[in-house]
Amino acid sequence: MKLLEPGTEIDGFVIGDCLHAGGMAHIYLVRYAREGHDPGFPMAMKVPRMTAGDGAETIVGFEVEHQLLQVLSGPHVPRFVAAGDLVRVPYLVMEHVPGRPLQAWLDDAARTGERPGAAAIAGLGAALALAAHSLHQQDAVHLDIKPGNVMIRPEGRAVLLDFGLSWHAHYPDLLAEGMRVAIGSPPWIAPEQVVGVRGDPRSDVFAIGVVLYEMATGELPFGDPQTAGGLRQRLWMDPAPPRLRAPRTPAWLQEIILRCLEPEAAHRYASAAHLAFDLSHPQQVHVGERGERTRRTSVRVHLKRWLRAAGMHYEPSPLPSRQIEQVPIVMVAVPWRDASDATLYSLRRAASRSLGIRPGARLACVTVIGPGDTDPVDAQRSEVEVHRRHLDALRRWAQGVDLEGHQASYHVLEASDVAAALVHYARANHVGLMILGAATHGLKLQRLTAAVPIRVAVEAPCSVMLVKQKLPFSQLDHTPLPPGEEAGEPDEPAPRRYRPSSLYMGPLE
Amino acid sequence: MKLALLADIHANRHALEACLADARERGATRHAFLGDLVGYGAEPAAVLDIVMSLRDGGAWVVRGNHEDAGLGAAPRHHREDHAGAAWTASQLSSAQRDFLAGLPLSVEHDFFCLVHASASDPRRWSYVRESGSAAASLAAAQDQGLTHVFGGHVHEQRLFFQGAVGKVMPFEPTANVPVPLPRHRRWLATVGSVGQPRDGRSEAMYAMFDSDCLQVTFVRVPYDHEAAARAILAAGLPAFNARRLAVGQ
Repeated sequence: MKLLEPGTEIDGFVIGDCLHAGGMAHIYLVRYAREGHDPGFPMAMKVPRMTAGDGAETIVGFEVEHQLLQVLSGPHVPRFVAAGDLVRVPYLVMEHVPGRPLQAWLDDAARTGERPGAAAIAGLGAALALAAHSLHQQDAVHLDIKPGNVMIRPEGRAVLLDFGLSWHAHYPDLLAEGMRVAIGSPPWIAPEQVVGVRGDPRSDVFAIGVVLYEMATGELPFGDPQTAGGLRQRLWMDPAPPRLRAPRTPAWLQEIILRCLEPEAAHRYASAAHLAFDLSHPQQVHVGERGERTRRTSVRVHLKRWLRAAGMHYEPSPLPSRQIEQVPIVMVAVPWRDASDATLYSLRRAASRSLGIRPGARLACVTVIGPGDTDPVDAQRSEVEVHRRHLDALRRWAQGVDLEGHQASYHVLEASDVAAALVHYARANHVGLMILGAATHGLKLQRLTAAVPIRVAVEAPCSVMLVKQKLPFSQLDHTPLPPGEEAGEPDEPAPRRYRPSSLYMGPLE
Repeated sequence: MKLALLADIHANRHALEACLADARERGATRHAFLGDLVGYGAEPAAVLDIVMSLRDGGAWVVRGNHEDAGLGAAPRHHREDHAGAAWTASQLSSAQRDFLAGLPLSVEHDFFCLVHASASDPRRWSYVRESGSAAASLAAAQDQGLTHVFGGHVHEQRLFFQGAVGKVMPFEPTANVPVPLPRHRRWLATVGSVGQPRDGRSEAMYAMFDSDCLQVTFVRVPYDHEAAARAILAAGLPAFNARRLAVGQ
């Protein structure tokens, strides 16, 4: 198909410059032909190189993209404008997303020989993970995330492009063949896609892992295999650790990357929001052997896994939104000023209960201190020292929570407006559930701050659990827990874990 | 045309009225009744009154296996689901019996086909539950130049479609989400049962097909299933017929 001449008019759109002439489609800048008609953003027209007349199979990607663009929304996808008739003149008109393709960072690095820093990689990765999460929340999975399909807007948000291979739970999957065929781009495709399973949001987590790996090392973890056997390698093979190829890669970043690249989806991040969380809080990443290793996995181990992979079975997934709802980031706002032990105890029970019914959920323990609580002059009240004490206190608080199977992290926020800080944190980290005391955060100190739980409940982007303390502090202090108190709840931690003295988190002054 | 597709009403007037009201709100301009108007339920005569009056206004109606059973057209079945056939027949006026006797097995219109079971030999009442039987039904329709098949009989909402390399595949639809059914592919929808859902939920099922936008929407409608169950008991029909409505069994 030859290029369209600038000035050509199609269905009321005037063709402008050609932005991209690829093997599958041409992309042009377009504007409305009618004077004064302005959508408020620049528009691009994607014209596939084939039509429905070329055979049903070649046009499927175009049909899929049309379907998804119509229903997806939010800042992480281009806005949809119009589509041409599939048989007559197929095209898609959408927002021309301003920004820089993610590929540009890789091209720069290849040209200068200088890898992007770990912080820059984490920043881009977190933006990409949040874009994927937004898609998953809408019951869609991209399934073709790669640097060429990601645009970074000037303000830093990532936009996903090219939904030709994507999957949406609400629509028939025209690309599924009911047989096991790999559909995707070989370097980035997840192991479960290799065996024909489509629709698992963790496939996108894998692809993001490949992107991060290439940014950190300049190489692709599994190369660019051209054969089915080559593609199947990732069902059992660990890639060379990034620190082997790029020794400057920090252990936390390697930990994150290799977790994304786990062959079994269940061993990866349970959701893209969890991945974004770790990328946004490097100091909170729990680094294990996976993060430290600088040697390749042994041939013996690979051989064992290869044998197992021969019979590996991947389950088709349920609704992505439901799948990621089951592994939320649970945030607990732990007060430190005027918080009774009863309050802390009740919060701990609420956190345990919430995690207990959500295997794979992660816990973020957050406390908010005021700007006046630190003092750059007084060594005892220096920011580092005060934060350290609060983090210790948070860890002590969390000791009573059963964290088996859950990741936990601890955060001290400094803000004068407690409610705003909590809400902002929840929004920035895609928290699924926030737990806080119904009447804490300084209730006794100032009448005004009594409004914190109410403001949080109103403004939070997630569900909020307001926890009332079980017993007044005075009674807890003098009387043992009533017998039978725990009897009806066998899943609760045993009452003997309740040791008020070690849990005291009163004012630090 | 906005076509309301209603199958397997099974003499459940309460469910039918709820679905018709819902379809009216969605702007239905025409109705298609895909068989099994009677059987199991307590109000065959009332259901037929409604269906016949809509037929007079242009609605399509095709025959189901329970119509056959009620008229004694089928060979004697030793099946529980046909045990109430004699009772049903006794409830109907002669005009209603004549109406049932005159129903066609299928209706072809423009590019689509309406049938109770399968477009491939409709009289065999085969169940279209998986890709093989769906492919057979679609192939029979294609022989007549038709791309879309709408049916009932299985009491489940499902969409079968022809994928990229021609293989027919099943899709479990999400209620209330319009799904495009473009004409360059072939589609078969089982629209579910109005009067006797069997997927563990009590809400009545039907589907809306917009033949201009080429979109189908599978719909679930809550209705007073307790009243329908009481009517079944009051009519002296088997208690199981009443009990199953609440649990979608």
